[in-house]
Amino acid sequence: MSEISSPSQLNPGGGGGQADAPEPVLEIEASCRAPVLLLFVSALVWLLVGSVFGMIAAIKFHGTNFLADCSWLTYGRVHPAHLNALVYGFAAQAGLGVALWMVAHLGRTRLAFAPAIIVGAKLWNLGVALGILGILYGESTGYEWLEMPRYASATLFCGYTLIALGGLVTLHKRRERQLYISQIFVLAALFWFPWIYSTASLLLVVKPVRGALQAGLDYWYANNLMNIWFGFIGLAAAFYFIPKIVKRPLYSQYIGIFIFATLAFFGSWGGIPEGTPLPAWMSAMSTMGAVVMVVPILGVAYNVLRTLMCALPKWGESRSFSFFHFGVKCYVLAGLAGALMATIRFGKITNFTWFVPAHTQLFLYGFFAMTMFGAIYYIVPRLVGAEFLKPGLITLHLFLAGGGILLYVAPLAIGGVKQGMMLNDPTKSFSEITASSLMFLRISTMGDALMVLGHLVMFLNVAGLLVSVGRKCATAAWVGHTKPVEVTP
Amino acid sequence: MNSGPLLFLGTFFALAVSWLGFALAPQLQIGDQNAVMAEDSGQYYPAMRAGMARQGEQVYRANGCYYCHSQQVRPRGFGGDVERGWGGRSGRVQSVDQDYLYDLPVMLGDQRVGPDLANYGLRQNNETNILLHLYDPQSTMPKSEKSVMPPYRFLFEIRKLKFGETNSEDALKLSDKFPAGYEVVPTENAHALAAYLMSLHSDSILFEAPPRKTTNAPPVKTTKAPPAQATNVVPAAGGTNKPATPSAK
Repeated sequence: MSEISSPSQLNPGGGGGQADAPEPVLEIEASCRAPVLLLFVSALVWLLVGSVFGMIAAIKFHGTNFLADCSWLTYGRVHPAHLNALVYGFAAQAGLGVALWMVAHLGRTRLAFAPAIIVGAKLWNLGVALGILGILYGESTGYEWLEMPRYASATLFCGYTLIALGGLVTLHKRRERQLYISQIFVLAALFWFPWIYSTASLLLVVKPVRGALQAGLDYWYANNLMNIWFGFIGLAAAFYFIPKIVKRPLYSQYIGIFIFATLAFFGSWGGIPEGTPLPAWMSAMSTMGAVVMVVPILGVAYNVLRTLMCALPKWGESRSFSFFHFGVKCYVLAGLAGALMATIRFGKITNFTWFVPAHTQLFLYGFFAMTMFGAIYYIVPRLVGAEFLKPGLITLHLFLAGGGILLYVAPLAIGGVKQGMMLNDPTKSFSEITASSLMFLRISTMGDALMVLGHLVMFLNVAGLLVSVGRKCATAAWVGHTKPVEVTP
Repeated sequence: MNSGPLLFLGTFFALAVSWLGFALAPQLQIGDQNAVMAEDSGQYYPAMRAGMARQGEQVYRANGCYYCHSQQVRPRGFGGDVERGWGGRSGRVQSVDQDYLYDLPVMLGDQRVGPDLANYGLRQNNETNILLHLYDPQSTMPKSEKSVMPPYRFLFEIRKLKFGETNSEDALKLSDKFPAGYEVVPTENAHALAAYLMSLHSDSILFEAPPRKTTNAPPVKTTKAPPAQATNVVPAAGGTNKPATPSAK
């Protein structure tokens, strides 16, 4: 079967949209090469940097004296540095890279404004670096998920604007008029981020609102960033790459649109736990949003399952497929856990426990990062026109990352529930609770370590491919420029 | 589907609804809160923190204490916060939005690796103990119990004593294991952080956090509070760190 590459082929039923003459695929790849590779490579570097911070933070629970004399490396600074490197350094850049590549390919047009995107990506990296240094220096803003100081967020915002502009213009100039569901998700995500980021930055960092409202805004921002921004880009990738890999159209585009609409309207309301010192209607609305979200989440599961029906690729046929498959499973699981956490009965146990980071990691790492890994493994060889030197390393990464996530999330989730039940039982002393959750924490560090190994494997694999391709190009250029001049008599 | 503008409008509308709901509406509802007269003490609540405690708030923020310590008491019946003794007021003891009016930033926290600190100032008002706990958390715990809190030694200065010099007044009184000839002196940041921690209390009886009815008898009539004034001026209690003491005793 021929490769599926356009909306009309991905859509069930096919056809329908009028199309201009598409650009040749090779030209599209060439236009994407520099900006997308820049975003991917910087994302992977930040992933490694973030892992180092993450390991330092995790080891502190094994020995409290570890690096305790250095204010820069105290837990309360290293932990947010880890999260910010993961969220803004890795996840956002990988997501933007994948989004741009998908938009160009689905629109069958060249990536517009490539130089602007490159400048934007550099600004974004500068912003992340400034932000993380600021956090380590002690200039964190104090709002979770928005810790980067003002100067860093301004740089990030400028960088984002340039990158998103390239994406929007590419979308506008598409040769294939019909929109595929992934383009819809990407378009919404590209608009969503600047709105929530500017609102949160202006009202929290630049001119803070009064009192408890700050907490409400922070919850709103964090929830929108996770559920909407990362959710939309991750789902766009899943709905694009899974049908492409199994060479079958998506089961239903309409279910996709339904998922999009319900997520946009209800997913953006979640995030405020019950019992917070905010007007009660806010947490009530949040619970409603989180519970209604179960419907689109089940829709995702149904749509993907039906697409895969009888078409599961054989093991080893496509190495990136398993990453998407794993990612979608984690998405469904994280969504259900999120709905459970939002209910009063379960929320009063899981509030303030290790269940909260377990849920966040399941979504951010299990779903989003895994989906991005799959997409990067799919895209990079096409961009550089060469296969990975050691494809076996991809499988190794899959096992390391998959095993790592399970080993990280499961103990924390179970430990979190136990911790929550003990916290609610006043006869248990606090140190007893701490002691009982230490075991779970220590197991989860092993998961952390596996994931870090996985990152290293991926980085080496991608860097190896890029270096070998770069060397080939350099040699060819050298040969071309130094060939003996033919002297005609 | 190929209508870009329609899609854009739909997305815009969804986001606008969420923004109106969670960013604008609460601002309209509680965005212009001011200090109010507490029902029990007759003093303005919350009091603005004194300079040292405000400085300590920034130390608390910079070192990310809120990643392990929450600052909110959940309502009775929602978890065991009250039974654990974390509540500050008798009655509807949970934290209310009024408690955070002058916090900048508001650091509610989302984990309880350590105990809740919303009313830490009511439980601990001895600066020496707090400083000792910051320097070596394990030292202030009973032998059988373990603390996972990292030591904050960088908030202290280790000084070598000159020959014949005795410990300065400020120095921590550490166990005998500490090498002789040295002393540990808290930096200004440590003092500020301790002042902030002692300033943490949310104990005033408010309209939205009334005393709990324990009997069928009518509630004890407290001093009639004048209506809240639309002013930001905080008299009397404003200049102190100490927990407001109920005047009706």
